[in-house]
Amino acid sequence: MTLFILRRLGMTVVLLLALSLLVFGLMFAAPGDLARNLLGTKNVTPEALAQIRAQYHLNEPFLEQYWRWLAGAVTGDFGTSIRTGGSVGGMLTSRVGLTAAISGLAFALSVLVGVPAGVAAALRRGSWPDRLLVGVSVVGVSAPGFAVSLILLYVFAVGLGWFPIYGTGSGFLDGLWHLALPSVALALGLGAFVVKLTRAAVLRELDEDYVMFARARGLAPGRVLVIVLRNAAIPIVTSLGLMVGYLFGGTVLIEVTFALPGLGALLEQSVLFKDFPVVQALTVIVAFVISMTALLVDLAYLAIDPRVRARTVRR
Amino acid sequence: MRRLPVTIVVSVVILTVVLACAIAGGLIAPHALRQSLYLGSVGAGQAGHLFGTDQLGRDVLQLSVAGARSALAGPVLVALGSMLIGVLMGTVAGYRGGAVDMLAGRYADLLLAMPAILLAIVVAGLLGGGYWIAVGVLVLLFSPSDVRLVRAAVMEQASRPYIESAKVLGIRPRRIMFRHVLPNVFPIIVANVLLNVAFALVALSSLSYLGLGVPPGAADWGRQLADGRQLLGSNPLASIVPGLLIILTATAVNLLGDWISDLLDRKVATR
Repeated sequence: MTLFILRRLGMTVVLLLALSLLVFGLMFAAPGDLARNLLGTKNVTPEALAQIRAQYHLNEPFLEQYWRWLAGAVTGDFGTSIRTGGSVGGMLTSRVGLTAAISGLAFALSVLVGVPAGVAAALRRGSWPDRLLVGVSVVGVSAPGFAVSLILLYVFAVGLGWFPIYGTGSGFLDGLWHLALPSVALALGLGAFVVKLTRAAVLRELDEDYVMFARARGLAPGRVLVIVLRNAAIPIVTSLGLMVGYLFGGTVLIEVTFALPGLGALLEQSVLFKDFPVVQALTVIVAFVISMTALLVDLAYLAIDPRVRARTVRR
Repeated sequence: MRRLPVTIVVSVVILTVVLACAIAGGLIAPHALRQSLYLGSVGAGQAGHLFGTDQLGRDVLQLSVAGARSALAGPVLVALGSMLIGVLMGTVAGYRGGAVDMLAGRYADLLLAMPAILLAIVVAGLLGGGYWIAVGVLVLLFSPSDVRLVRAAVMEQASRPYIESAKVLGIRPRRIMFRHVLPNVFPIIVANVLLNVAFALVALSSLSYLGLGVPPGAADWGRQLADGRQLLGSNPLASIVPGLLIILTATAVNLLGDWISDLLDRKVATR
């Protein structure tokens, strides 16, 4: 067990190193001169360029620069932003709340609606509500979040005027009201995925012999369903863990569309501006969060399912 | 021959129309890029502009027809390119195992740890963006799942008697891999290429939407949505029309892909 955790943590460290090296390498491969970017609108003179290069250690060899960044990052210091001149850590912490709120709302919405809908569809396999739900979920999975956002914006904000067009609002209820459309837009794709997944998992369990046996013994349908749901929960919980990554990918587009100042919008601005320290920090932190969630999901598994425990520990 | 489901017929019709626009866009919409700054953005119903115009006074309908090309060409290229890598690496990894398999596995682990769209934004953005750069980046990011898919399918075939007998006959491994194993994995490959086209369409238009894909002013659905964001008041159709087109096309490709893979599953089951 401990060995399993240690090995997974080791893999995560290797992954983070590889990923940060990749982004760092891209910075070197990227077209354009970083020093000129840093100078901004100031006069471009050879002296100024040399001074900037010395200040940001741009003259040092690749690995030395990478090492300098790594040594800082391990202690939580991700350097200063090229675009704003502020500390990267401060920029991230001031924006993380909004992204967490949108992602959390979207996650809750898609699970609370998606799981019951998927179970209900599986129990009525082949009926018209089932087919309708499957059809809608294909559209939901296919539709990109930003296209859905713009349609929602037009219908509910511009057309009907029920929701604000942009901004974050002030106070809890007003904030919730401002985040309603972005969360729904983000939850739609996710929810459709949850429906598909839940339906498939429940259907697979319903076809098992133990269900037939339980019914033959005369167990009440409700009690049979409880057994089915417990078994179907495993693939569903795993995929929910994987969704954390998907959520962050989605929030980039949603935040840009709704002009919300979260981490996603920050990533977009930083990428367009080639603000390497911010991009680097965001990539590594997101990868870290995703790997940690995956690890937690696997551990939850080990705790819940003795079959998985036996297999993993033997390995 | 069973009757085709209605959804599949509709999907094929939609895709045929999009394909026709992609091939003959110049004939159907010759004035797609003609600007009229004097006219500016007008709503639907203006004479000669069924869906109105965008901020540069370009006709939304014609621009959307012209956008079909970048909506199909790039995604198809991404799906085929990543599958080519998938077939080459996956077949060798699945059949030979060993070092190639290890390498393919680590490559997949690295790229699958991050959501593809997120890495695509970072990599395409830092490289300066552009349609073909975005296509290339997506090929690389889509290939790990294809490698895994082909590898698993090849491993399943490799232990079967017909491969054993081919080995006994002394046929060279390369010939066994690409002449004997590959044709039997082909159906899975086709179904997955279709599903990848839908994903790639969404990913590419996302990049264009963020300004990392096609250059400003080009005819592209993602770009139209980005430009239309400011026009929700004056002409909402400037973003609604390309938005619906992306959703419709991606859904049609997905439905077709799902249908084909169901069909193949059933074929395997009856065998």
